[in-house]
Amino acid sequence: MIFPRIYSLGDNAVTVEFGNQINETINNQCIAFTGSLTEQNFRWLKDIIPAYTTVTLIYDTISTKRIAKNETAFSFVRETIVEMIKNIQPATALSMRKITVPVCYHESLAPDLNEFAATKNCSIQQIIELHTSKTYRVYLLGFLPGFPYMGTVDPLLNMPRKKTPHLKIAAGSVGIAGLQTGIYPLDSPGGWNIIGQTPLQLFDPAKTGPVFFHPGDEVQFECITLESFHQQKKCS
Amino acid sequence: LSIRIIHNGISDTIQDAGRYGFAASGINPGGAMDLVAMQVANLLAGNNKDEAAIEMHFPAAVFHFTEPCLIATSGADFNMHVNDQPLPLNTPIIIAAGSIVECKKLRSGARCYLAVHGGFDIQPWLNSYSTNLKANAGGFNGRSFKKEDILTIHHSPFTTHNSPLTILPWHADVSAFYEQPQTIRILPGNEFDQLTECAATIFQGNSFTINSQSDRMGYRLNGIALERNELDEMISSAVTKGTIQLLPSGQLIVLMADHQTTGGYPRLGHVISADIPKLAQASAGTAINFEMTDHITAEQVLMQQQLHLQQLENALTFRNQHLFQPA
Repeated sequence: MIFPRIYSLGDNAVTVEFGNQINETINNQCIAFTGSLTEQNFRWLKDIIPAYTTVTLIYDTISTKRIAKNETAFSFVRETIVEMIKNIQPATALSMRKITVPVCYHESLAPDLNEFAATKNCSIQQIIELHTSKTYRVYLLGFLPGFPYMGTVDPLLNMPRKKTPHLKIAAGSVGIAGLQTGIYPLDSPGGWNIIGQTPLQLFDPAKTGPVFFHPGDEVQFECITLESFHQQKKCS
Repeated sequence: LSIRIIHNGISDTIQDAGRYGFAASGINPGGAMDLVAMQVANLLAGNNKDEAAIEMHFPAAVFHFTEPCLIATSGADFNMHVNDQPLPLNTPIIIAAGSIVECKKLRSGARCYLAVHGGFDIQPWLNSYSTNLKANAGGFNGRSFKKEDILTIHHSPFTTHNSPLTILPWHADVSAFYEQPQTIRILPGNEFDQLTECAATIFQGNSFTINSQSDRMGYRLNGIALERNELDEMISSAVTKGTIQLLPSGQLIVLMADHQTTGGYPRLGHVISADIPKLAQASAGTAINFEMTDHITAEQVLMQQQLHLQQLENALTFRNQHLFQPA
């Protein structure tokens, strides 16, 4: 398959696919392309959905069709993308934010930690060490407002989603699903294995920028005590 | 100048044309499930077509209007009554101060839109009045209406003089938007080719029934389980309103207004924009058929709908002129 590849996602969306695996190079291309689309400020473009390997343009079909005249709105958008891709700069100069996220791995905040350790036949301390031993990239935000899909965790922490999802996961809960790690910004049902909780508030609708993370952020988890968790929770 | 909620319904929320521009933050567009019905109700009530309106599900809330108002409803037929007098859908109505508006019976459809002339005095969140229930933001305090809520409405010419209940002598013909309600036209999805030949035939030839676990997030369908040739997991990517996903069980889900921004299930197809209103009005138990079409047709039908709405807007602007002149 040749990348980038462009395909239709219905009569009001077009997707550009930059590759077929989860890695930073491909994700950088997505972030860079999202940036140049945002700069273009096309009036017919309603929204942009960047993901691991793809960027999707949501367009206003009616106004696009009016500009497109005799061709379809779809081919107009596709041609616009083809032109943009020709001129795309290699995504080397991305300014990555480095963020330290405090996480308390106390069992009162980590409903799945004991089972996780038992399944992996290792100690809770080993899980904490592995989880905090490397930095993770925020590949995309999705699922819930401000939910960061981060990766990838040490292969030893690879754990499928729970067969029976939790009915309520507390806001701030840190979870693992496959090789991904993520944080629930709001109380929500969900199937990720919860191994800790951050006192940070990741979603605040009252703020102008209501979400904490952006695609491309580099995240380092830092283990904190339960006491420190409660203290920081009070402050945030 | 307000509406008081006397009884709450199962889910009555403020919605508009949706919240766009924030998908990169994981914030989905939301908005009216049946955008056409919301727009028709607004036009009849003398509003801009994308003004925020109340989206009601049955049983719906009971509303008490403190002042006279020009209102209109469109979409599902909930047998709306004002002070026990039945009211027609798709018709502008001037109601008197102290009127009680309630829905008595679910006759057809799934969602009814109530528009009030002048609109509601609420704050937008991220450029939209749509209620995002998951985020508890937008609309009326980020939630559906509860008993004793008070929703303030903007001042309008109708709040200045007290008139009796008046059903205005014109209405909107919306039948063209909902023709052949069981046939849902789709464009092929990126993973459609993963279906076995047999499954592809079933997908396009058989009917699928909307099951009761269907809501603003999506419609789950019951039908013959569909099989794929490839069993690789796909990397999560964008989905939109109308995306038809194949679940691991072989059953289908059609994503609706409150869908997530991304998903990891194969996307077999996408409902064309022009057929979303009729799908939004299909209730649990309805059998639907998917019919493959192309971009040219999808856009043509949407432009026809747009023309129809524009004609309605022009006609109503002319009709409503005398209503808005100072008394």
